[in-house]
Amino acid sequence: MREARRWPWRLERRARASTVMSLSASPLAAVAMLLTGFVALSALGTDPIKAFNVFFVEPVSSVYGVGELLLKTTPLLLCALGLAVGYRSNVWNIGAEGQFTLGAIAGGGVGLYCSQWLGSACMPAMLVSGALGGMAWAAIPAFLRVRFRTSEIFVSLMLVYIAQLLLSYLVHGPWRDPAGQNFPQSPPFSDHATLAALIDGARVNAGFLIALALAALSWWFGSMTAAGFRMRVGGLAPAAAAYAGISERRNVWLAMMIGGATAGIAGVCEVAGPVGMLQPVISPGYGFAAIIVAFVGRLHPVGIVLASLLMSALYLGGESAQVELQLPASVTGLFQGTLLFFLLAAELFIHFRLRSVARA
Amino acid sequence: MNIDTWVTIAASAVGAATPLVYAALGELIVERTGVLNLGVEGMMLVGAVTGFAVGVSSGSLALGYLAAAVAGMLIALLFGFLSLSLQTNQVATGLALTLFGVGLSAFAGRRFVGLPISRVPLLHIPGLSDLPVIGPLLFRYDLLVYLSVGLCALIAWVLRRTRLGLRIRAVGEQPAVAHALGASVNRIRYVAVLFGGASSGVAGAYLSTAVTPMWTEGMSAGRGWIALALVVFGTWKPWRVLFGAYLFGTVTVLQLYAQGLGVHIPSEFLSMLPYLATIVVLVLICRDARTILLNQPASLGRSFHPGS
Repeated sequence: MREARRWPWRLERRARASTVMSLSASPLAAVAMLLTGFVALSALGTDPIKAFNVFFVEPVSSVYGVGELLLKTTPLLLCALGLAVGYRSNVWNIGAEGQFTLGAIAGGGVGLYCSQWLGSACMPAMLVSGALGGMAWAAIPAFLRVRFRTSEIFVSLMLVYIAQLLLSYLVHGPWRDPAGQNFPQSPPFSDHATLAALIDGARVNAGFLIALALAALSWWFGSMTAAGFRMRVGGLAPAAAAYAGISERRNVWLAMMIGGATAGIAGVCEVAGPVGMLQPVISPGYGFAAIIVAFVGRLHPVGIVLASLLMSALYLGGESAQVELQLPASVTGLFQGTLLFFLLAAELFIHFRLRSVARA
Repeated sequence: MNIDTWVTIAASAVGAATPLVYAALGELIVERTGVLNLGVEGMMLVGAVTGFAVGVSSGSLALGYLAAAVAGMLIALLFGFLSLSLQTNQVATGLALTLFGVGLSAFAGRRFVGLPISRVPLLHIPGLSDLPVIGPLLFRYDLLVYLSVGLCALIAWVLRRTRLGLRIRAVGEQPAVAHALGASVNRIRYVAVLFGGASSGVAGAYLSTAVTPMWTEGMSAGRGWIALALVVFGTWKPWRVLFGAYLFGTVTVLQLYAQGLGVHIPSEFLSMLPYLATIVVLVLICRDARTILLNQPASLGRSFHPGS
């Protein structure tokens, strides 16, 4: 009990998980992140009230702004939904960024070369092709994990770099727009291969509706189906799952395939939406930010919808701060990382509580 | 192709491997105490920007390296506090550290993009450095290359021969037993995590002051993750990790020289090689379940709470 004497407080495991903390961990983390951000910005000589306005109010005070918020929510939400299915079952796919890129390549390829032939069936075909592309990319870590016990963490991450290099090769080489003045980009997508805006004066497109539908589907899958239940058991108690005859292989495959499909769809929505063509960089790290979204959403579809809105607001705020406060775009990444740290700390108090040693 | 070209390739491979050596050896110690810190990439980036910024501003590279090690330790401390004191999930916390490090380094380094810095000086050992073939192959590196090999020898010796090494291994294999025998599990783990941070910080600084003497956002380009994979590839043994790092250095450099060697493959595919190689070696080493079971620290990735 050397430790007990040195610290006036100690951590004690709660008899049961705290519902209050479970619901309030993410909001607490968000508040803590905001406070830290504003203390840091004031220390750097920025007026925190003005910064709050620039970050969170101005970007969404127009129809266009709200549209942008939902537009950026789409890829975050899609990727995070797929990742959360994996994280619930102890499958650590961290390569959504790569599956996103492959989805963009596979869907974009259909859009570039088949749009005349497919006509109005082009967009659905692009989405299916993108989902398959993401799944194919996710199949590699899934196969290597079930067959050779290779960590899906490393494999899925290495595949991010490989996917980005593949995209770079395509737009510098075979898919480069001959009329593009030697810019490394594909020809722009035709109308059939582009997601139209949902409302006038904003850029948000049907991708957002797809993402919401998939969030509902993911809630149904997670809490209403036997497969979803088996995956949760596999994540919470691997030994019990094995004893009950739940196949780990099946869980790994399912988790990776779902993650690959949603990230692939996100990739299609991004290139067929705001980007409108293939170019070397198509994402400001949505696939990685989605990891944070999945955790901040506490791996629950409803939480993930809210968390992806928050994360999207951070991206928008970062852009607006870049223009108005001359802050670098990387401030967004800093906020994201801080948010995840606070969340991890707050989650501790779901299962533990602080007790003063004198009372205990 | 003459012998001189091959000597040049081998010598640049050692340079490319050195950041991997530092980062992987640091992580090796961390993992031998049972802690999995996936934040190596983030710590390397913070080290890279700190080393570069302090090196440029003060004009002293030694000061730059010192600052890089301290900066690496500071953000490793953040990981340690969360994962050891608050017992958060190590995988998630490590990922958070990487994402945070990417953002922090980009933010801190925005004024240093594009600035020049003079590379860490190469040593010239009178007599030895001038030998043909052997000179450029063995005696014309900078101090940090020699120190990294020394660090490997030191770590191998500490782990095998010393009381501290025994404690590190005991904590990594059986934390409950180590605790019962009076070792403070978390104190040893903290020290290891801080050492890992310093080592990754130095690895990053070597990137920005020697491998490519400049600072760009995200310049580690996955090397932190490759270092993590190298620890598995080296089955948690220092000399094998060193060997693995040199192997990867060779792959990286060969890809750069491939065009000159008459290989006509688009550069993007050549750039994929280190990442593909990482996947391949991981599969090779994991194929036999016993290799991992026998060598992986038994408590890797699990928190230790003395009361429970």
